[in-house]
Amino acid sequence: MPERKGQYTVTLSSRPTILGYAAVVGKREGEGPLGRYFDMIFEDTTLGEKTWEKAESALQREAFTRAMNKAGMSPSQLNYLFAGDLLNQSIASTFGMREYGVPMLGQFGACSTMAQTLALSAIFVDSGAADLCCAVTSSHFCSAERQFRFPLEYGGQRPQTAQWTATASGAAVVGMGGSGVKIAAATIGRITDLGITDANNMGAAMAPAAADTLATFFQDTATKPDDYDLIITGDLAAVGSDLLRQLSERKGYPLGANYTDCGLLIYDRNKQDVHAGGSGCGCSAAVLCSYLLGKMEQGELKSVLFIGTGALMSPTSSQQGESIPGIAHLVHLVAGGA
Amino acid sequence: MEVTGQEYRQMNKQTAPKSPVLKNCIKAFLIGGLICALGQVIVNLVQNAGMELKEARMICSITLIAASAILTAFNVYDNIAKHAGAGTLVPITGFANAIVSPAIEFKSEGLIVGLAAKMFTIAGPVLVYGITTSILYGLILNLIKLFR
Repeated sequence: MPERKGQYTVTLSSRPTILGYAAVVGKREGEGPLGRYFDMIFEDTTLGEKTWEKAESALQREAFTRAMNKAGMSPSQLNYLFAGDLLNQSIASTFGMREYGVPMLGQFGACSTMAQTLALSAIFVDSGAADLCCAVTSSHFCSAERQFRFPLEYGGQRPQTAQWTATASGAAVVGMGGSGVKIAAATIGRITDLGITDANNMGAAMAPAAADTLATFFQDTATKPDDYDLIITGDLAAVGSDLLRQLSERKGYPLGANYTDCGLLIYDRNKQDVHAGGSGCGCSAAVLCSYLLGKMEQGELKSVLFIGTGALMSPTSSQQGESIPGIAHLVHLVAGGA
Repeated sequence: MEVTGQEYRQMNKQTAPKSPVLKNCIKAFLIGGLICALGQVIVNLVQNAGMELKEARMICSITLIAASAILTAFNVYDNIAKHAGAGTLVPITGFANAIVSPAIEFKSEGLIVGLAAKMFTIAGPVLVYGITTSILYGLILNLIKLFR
């Protein structure tokens, strides 16, 4: 049964298992350092669809069906689906998942959605409310650009702090038993806003939220950063992860060499012209549902803190000069044998 | 010890890498200059072919706009602009790109509410304020002429 520990952490005594997982990505992500870990790389980022929104839905379907197949389950066996993306009214998820007939709760936590959906899936399974849940999220560079920034062919320059929205989707099927990676706990984050207004520097906007959630988790569980094999944030990228190190140190939890960020792993920043690194809810989803869970299954990593980070702004709020509120949710993953 | 907003924005300022302003300026100067030189070449060529200066200038503008629109449609313009910055933004080519790129992007929402309506999302303000100020200047000029 889920039990609250400390202030905001939920421990899951039955330790729900990730029974199957899959990540599918676009061309640029496939060319990145993690290329060989992904289940499928789409050289054509339209995925043969007429619009970018449809392409993102197709990306999500692909990740979902592959994860279900790997878990050896069919959609009819799923109790609940938690899905989300970055588009208005979460249309990539709703249109992507509409054909499966699975009860669904659409989620929006900006780029933190993978951690959010995974935490909810695990809490539902651990409480007995569900036997089988699936968490799936996506982002697509082209659908995100047209909604949040400029048309693709517009000739503009991106500042050094800008991040590249990953064209990627990841899905994780959560149930009981099996030898897969277990979910031991989750910490739901608070909205944190230290007044960053630059939508081209989302890493900086999200870092305080990540620092807050991490500190809350360490306090709630009476542990420290060194107790974990890896602490990995979703998409703080170069600027945000640097700031998180500074903030965490100030809070008394200095992060060592065991800290990294999915936005830094997914691209080669020296070669791929992505400026500060990757972002988007597909970024953390794809890194989690390929490289990270793979390393845990192989036993290379035993205890991992996965922190999804989201910048909760919209084009409207940015145009109105509002600062960018950040949010971060944490999921504590442990390898099957641990 | 909690970090205050002011303190954090200072930390961000120190951490965030700056844009390479000097490099960007040099690139913008060179590429922007090249576009303008190309314009002058067109004007001279057209004049040599026997046209008046006024007509030659008009043909130059039309040629540059067409070139920019075609390069935008073939996914080339944004790759030049990535390096050129203001060098491709300031000349008339930048204006053409600002119209054509949303037209391509929002075609998926239909020819009316997509292509036609969104075509001016970037260039619209330039038109509104550009036309307004030209009217104002015209009025002022006429007033001065009236009392001279």
